[in-house]
Amino acid sequence: MVNYVWLGMMICGILVAAFNGRVEVVTKAALEGAQTGVNTAIDLIAIITFWLGIMKLAEKAGIVQGLATLMRPVTGMLFPSVPRDHPAMGAIIMNISANILGLGNAATPMGLIAMKELQSLQQHDKKTASDAMCTFLALNTSCITLIPTTIIGIRLIYGSQDPTSIVGTTIFATACGMSMGILADRILRGLYKRQGR
Amino acid sequence: MFSLVSEVSRWAIPVVLLLVPLAAHARGVKVFETFVEGAEDGFNTAIKTIPYLVAMLVAISVFRASGAMNVLVSVLSPVLNLVGVPAEVLPHAVMRPLSGGAALGISTDIIKNHGPDSFIGQLVSTMQGTSDTTFYVLTLYFGSVGITRYRYSVISGLIADFTTLAASVYIAHKVFG
Repeated sequence: MVNYVWLGMMICGILVAAFNGRVEVVTKAALEGAQTGVNTAIDLIAIITFWLGIMKLAEKAGIVQGLATLMRPVTGMLFPSVPRDHPAMGAIIMNISANILGLGNAATPMGLIAMKELQSLQQHDKKTASDAMCTFLALNTSCITLIPTTIIGIRLIYGSQDPTSIVGTTIFATACGMSMGILADRILRGLYKRQGR
Repeated sequence: MFSLVSEVSRWAIPVVLLLVPLAAHARGVKVFETFVEGAEDGFNTAIKTIPYLVAMLVAISVFRASGAMNVLVSVLSPVLNLVGVPAEVLPHAVMRPLSGGAALGISTDIIKNHGPDSFIGQLVSTMQGTSDTTFYVLTLYFGSVGITRYRYSVISGLIADFTTLAASVYIAHKVFG
């Protein structure tokens, strides 16, 4: 799937640029995209290093496992393939909590830790996403946000009388999206299983 | 309710940074050494994502700069119009799953031109506040552990994005319409 999306974007992009008679923008855009990718990764070094340190402490202190045990009724239902008290559960819970609170800087490293733990559960095929990874990403990409801080800031800059008026609508919309994400994940997992993919 | 939530957000990280080392110390963990031991992997984890991010962002960048993005918007317009999405916010709706920075740029522009408290402004604010940049999250998270076969993740991510969009339009009509 991702192969088709990638190929589609490249081919359509180059063809449209050629058709519009400005094929040279492709070269510039490609290099800019590459630069953004590297910059993003470099920016991540600091926050990932920092949070990996804190998470190691949390793990050694038993906090990660404690969280995993506490949230077992919910996570057990969402991630049936992950052992009940596995550290992956703790990292998943911390990632989702950070997402809900709108703490993007903390959410990403915790998500990457969760992915590493989920990857350690894969025995054979380390290149293919596991069921639990797909569910985790479905949760993550559509997660409920309680406070969309960035957009509130922009509304304030442009003179809104009530910058936080959109908090309620945002919570409603994200709750719908997250429920649908979980449902879609469940249905697609069944479909793919049946086809043996 | 809002002030409570924003207070919690303000305190969450400092409290975690206070409690975690304290709890570790109470369990007899050597806090400094353990922190360093965990942090060791940080550089490699971040660097490992570079090829994945570059691959995805090059494609998105070419797609956008070439004008193919605008073609996609005009193709999808009739479909999105059926669910009541106003034409002004269409570029944002299409851009949201692909590029967080570009989507933010579009919503800022709309808010500037229509005013933050207009219907269009409130709608695009809601759309910006919801859902993450699906392709970025997929690329980054899968890339960090070397996954190249995403299976159905792209489909479920896009279904969730579309639901969030439809729900944003619905609730904005109810509340601000």
